[in-house]
Amino acid sequence: MRNEMNVQFSALSENESFARVAVAAFVAQLDPTMDELTEIKTVVSEAVTNAIIHGYEGNPAGMVYISVILEDGLIDLIVRDEGIGMEDVEEAREPLFTTKPELERSGMGFTIMENFMDEIEVISHKGTGTTIRLKKQLANKKAMCN
Amino acid sequence: MSLTVELEVVDQVLCLRLAGELDHHTAEALRNQASEAIENKGVRHIILNLGELTFMDSSGLGVILGRYKHIKQKEGEMVVCAISPAVRRLFDMSGLFKIIRMETSEQEALERLGAACYEK
Repeated sequence: MRNEMNVQFSALSENESFARVAVAAFVAQLDPTMDELTEIKTVVSEAVTNAIIHGYEGNPAGMVYISVILEDGLIDLIVRDEGIGMEDVEEAREPLFTTKPELERSGMGFTIMENFMDEIEVISHKGTGTTIRLKKQLANKKAMCN
Repeated sequence: MSLTVELEVVDQVLCLRLAGELDHHTAEALRNQASEAIENKGVRHIILNLGELTFMDSSGLGVILGRYKHIKQKEGEMVVCAISPAVRRLFDMSGLFKIIRMETSEQEALERLGAACYEK
């Protein structure tokens, strides 16, 4: 069965917890483990925070778009913004790299996303925004697929 | 969902007890409260009690590292205690345990820092 959910919201830090909870509630129907749910909430938080801080640079007029597709235990999560985009995606993905050390950013966001999900794809263009696509196959569904 | 920060100074040790969710949104309040206490309450060391923390992401790592640097400037130390497996993973991933010590309880952390006997 294929099941899709889309949500969009203002680029406000108040919405970071909303985004985590919304995605977790949708994914819960696949009966993930607590660890898997924590991983998914964490990566949503990372991607949405990046969109708010870096994509829109704190401008609340921006919108963050999340799409989740569930199919055969595979979670296909897309977090997109229409913000400033990145010139060098590879540099941004380096552990501890940050453009905003004055805001006490740890530079660990992409490293966490890479560690907690099976696949990550980052598409970014200067001036048009960033799309992060993350995929994860839930463990309890793997055996059934094989 | 939000973050509750309880601060207590015991023998120049600032005990920061966090409950709830530490993300980008809640990190600023923690940074302000902790920095104010470090500057104005004669704090030497910091104990970070994460026992009631239900969620943390990389913004939490950033604010913790920031307070570590702050107390290090004053030649103090930071000890973290009661850390959950999920938060521990983030600490491991970022290498924070190379600079911040971990104890199982606040009492042990206090003893490690040499503070006097203290009943919670």
